[in-house]
Amino acid sequence: MQSTTSQTGHTEAHDAHHEEPGFWRAYVFSTDHKVIGIQYGVTSLIFLLFGFFLMMMMRWQIAYPGHPIPVMGPILEKVLGDVASGGVMSSDLYNSFGAMHGTIMVFLAVVPLAFAAFGNYVVPLQIGAVDMAFPRINMVSYQCFVVGGVVMMVSFFIPGGAAQAGWTSYSPLATSIPTDGQTFWILGMVFLITSSLLGAVNFIATIIQLRAPGMTWMRLPFFVWAQFVTAFLLLLAFPPLEAAAVMQLMDKVAHTSFFLPTGLAIGGNLANVSGGGSPLLWQHLFWFLGHPEVYVLILPALGIVAEVVANNTRKPLWGYKSLVYASLAIGFLSFIVWAHHMYLTGMGTAISTFFQTTTMIISIPSVVILTCLLISLWGGSIRINTPMLFALGFLPMFGIGGLTGLPLGLNYSDIHLHDTYYVIAHFHYVVAPGTIFGLMAGIYYWYPKATGRFMSEFWGKVHFWTSLVFMNLIFQPMFAQGMAGMLRRMVDGGVNYSLAKVGNDAIGGLSDTMIGMNVGISHAAWLLGVSQIPFIINFFWSITHGKKVTSDNPWDATTLEWQTPTPPPHGNFATAMKVYHGPYEYSAPGQSKDFAPQNEPMR
Amino acid sequence: MEIPYVVQPRPDTGLYNAKLGIWLFLASEVMLFGALFSSYILLRIGAAPGAWPHGLLNIPIGTVNTLVLITSSITVVMAWASLKLNQFNRFKMFQGITLVCAMLFVCIKSYEYYDKFTHYEVIMTDGMVADGHLVEKSDTHITLKHVAVFHEGEGTAGDHHGEHREEMRIEAAQIRKMENYGPWHNTYLAIYFTLTALHALHVIGGAAVIAYLWGPGSRMWKTDPERFTNRIEISGLFWHFVDLVWIFLFPVLYLL
Ligand code: HEM
Ligand SMILES: [Cu+2]
Repeated sequence: MQSTTSQTGHTEAHDAHHEEPGFWRAYVFSTDHKVIGIQYGVTSLIFLLFGFFLMMMMRWQIAYPGHPIPVMGPILEKVLGDVASGGVMSSDLYNSFGAMHGTIMVFLAVVPLAFAAFGNYVVPLQIGAVDMAFPRINMVSYQCFVVGGVVMMVSFFIPGGAAQAGWTSYSPLATSIPTDGQTFWILGMVFLITSSLLGAVNFIATIIQLRAPGMTWMRLPFFVWAQFVTAFLLLLAFPPLEAAAVMQLMDKVAHTSFFLPTGLAIGGNLANVSGGGSPLLWQHLFWFLGHPEVYVLILPALGIVAEVVANNTRKPLWGYKSLVYASLAIGFLSFIVWAHHMYLTGMGTAISTFFQTTTMIISIPSVVILTCLLISLWGGSIRINTPMLFALGFLPMFGIGGLTGLPLGLNYSDIHLHDTYYVIAHFHYVVAPGTIFGLMAGIYYWYPKATGRFMSEFWGKVHFWTSLVFMNLIFQPMFAQGMAGMLRRMVDGGVNYSLAKVGNDAIGGLSDTMIGMNVGISHAAWLLGVSQIPFIINFFWSITHGKKVTSDNPWDATTLEWQTPTPPPHGNFATAMKVYHGPYEYSAPGQSKDFAPQNEPMR
Repeated sequence: MEIPYVVQPRPDTGLYNAKLGIWLFLASEVMLFGALFSSYILLRIGAAPGAWPHGLLNIPIGTVNTLVLITSSITVVMAWASLKLNQFNRFKMFQGITLVCAMLFVCIKSYEYYDKFTHYEVIMTDGMVADGHLVEKSDTHITLKHVAVFHEGEGTAGDHHGEHREEMRIEAAQIRKMENYGPWHNTYLAIYFTLTALHALHVIGGAAVIAYLWGPGSRMWKTDPERFTNRIEISGLFWHFVDLVWIFLFPVLYLL
């Protein structure tokens, strides 16, 4: 008690000579973790929409190859010039949009939203801290992110356009395409990597150092654990990509040959390079990041879903410790599975077997997490609201995404499936109806804390059900297309197969049904776009018009972020927090209410 | 409310925030340089037999530079220890030496770079190769000094094959291809320049921070000596890491 009072006294003294920061300090160059979290959130949602817009354009070209894009076609031609002449998407433009869709979605939308936005806003609150450990570094992290994003955006408008070699940027292709788009891509990535590294250091230091008294490791909400592991993945997996990016930059601008082999021919002519480099080296370095990155995409979403599930089933999470240890196991193992993306490079059977084995092993903790969350639902008196709907939707979607990954992890079946639409379907189930549903659950769940108002439940439900339907209509048929042999990254949506067809059931032939699915998929994608309109309006409208919260803890939750004033002021808590028990004491016997906040001792 | 453990260590972890921060940052740096060293190994293993050049660098100069950095590593510790002993002037002196060492290192490194950029391999129309340092270059001819002349495909600059000449004039018409020993020349030089340039950037960055804390930043010694000492400790940890990287770089690039 002694310390609590003295702390409070200190706050008052501090506030007395505290002047209000001006607009720039408060909203643009803020060092407050909540403002930075919201900055990250809004910026990354815009990028999410933009990445999706690119794909909506591409889906037209896939469904109706060579036809001018309605409405947007002429605009694209005006803005980007010849690459969209006549409003038709050229193959160069398709390649740019495809590469940038992947890059933007992963590095500018989902990671910043899942890790930086939610992490910044929620983690310090959940551990009872006043801010992040290094507030100014936090601000710089966001600024690096913005610079990286701007560099990527500018690259659309340079001669030759944005990068075209896929989000994976395999060399020698990436090095030899005659545009500076790739150089911009690399520079942009260097900023984004720097931003992530600064964020990761900050998160880990904050979680280790700034936990409130009594907040022991096993009392951390699972969301904090998920962010903790994610931060380590970013910290250790990103630098090798940075090294690779530096080397690719050298290949581009200093004409070195890190990734260019001896005897490389470009356009039929021997390339004027010293040679001696290794294209496989790029792939190793890229996937050394690339695989941990997929856990960066999914772990925060799992964390959010765990919070929402516990809160809305009104009972403790089943297997909290298993969840924690499973995430740690995933963290370690994700560094030794990367070459399952490279089975087709001829690594030899011994190495293939090694990576196939580790891949099967890492699927165990993933299944453990999903199982814990599913069993948590058992016997709960489930409260159905929008956050819970999204969390419930997440579970089967992530399940489909995860299970369809197993055939890709076994090298025998991957030889058939590699680089087909099956892969696209698989990982989109994980990141689109998976992660994005988790993130949506988080937005609807924490919105009342950040704004003091609820988002509309009705429009939230409309958003959920339409998104669920269209997501599945988009990605389910892609499994079939992929298994039939349709390759990804094709500007004509597979028409070349029809032309070369030797009969429907010939190997390599693709039936009209398979190719015809493209049209349905594309319509579903555009309708998915329409389904986001209620969300966007709801998001902005509710800031001023949503139903007001009547308490600081509107969902009757146990974790510390609900024990702050609404919205939390600078410095977060009215009194210093002290933690007495674990994070999910719902419906504990003998209590006066069905939830016991972590800062209130239990009877 | 203020952020705790900015200066004092948290009892259960034994660290103040920034110290944990720098260790985490260094972990990521280990991965960065680790990836580059691994690339070096892969490129070298993958090189065609005999294609990996040897002896392109000047070992005595590299050794001197190694000693310079090791010295700075010692003085950086002495500087921190001086602050712990409350001897601000000794701190100033030791950290001053650190800075001089840093500058010396960068100068020597620049000289080595200059040496590589003026080192040319000239392939002549008659199939001979002249390998030496450029003295002058005009529209009609070039002049090289310390030249080794050998048949194309018979060895590289470092292995002292062929005939030696103090100076050599080559007419422009005789030249088929002429290229200096920049990173574009071969994969060894590519990794050499990339690794050492990245390392040099770390040296310059670290020295900039140390210089700031030595100059204007040292005013904090008067207002908050404990925090200032922590800052010196942090910058010192970073400096040790930079030295450590060089300790690996030197044998890998110069000796092996
Ligand atoms: C929800 C709406 C989305 C739709 C309709 C969609 C659709 C697609 C399609 C059809 C492709 C294949 C293009 C081709 O191979 O030519 C693709 C590629 C890709 N998508 Fe998405 N996507 C969506 C969201 C996302 C999200 C949220 C992420 C990441 C977090 C993502 C990451 C990627 C990546 C990395 C690629 C590979 C790009 C490449 O080939 O280099 N997508 N997407
Ligand atoms: Cu993977």
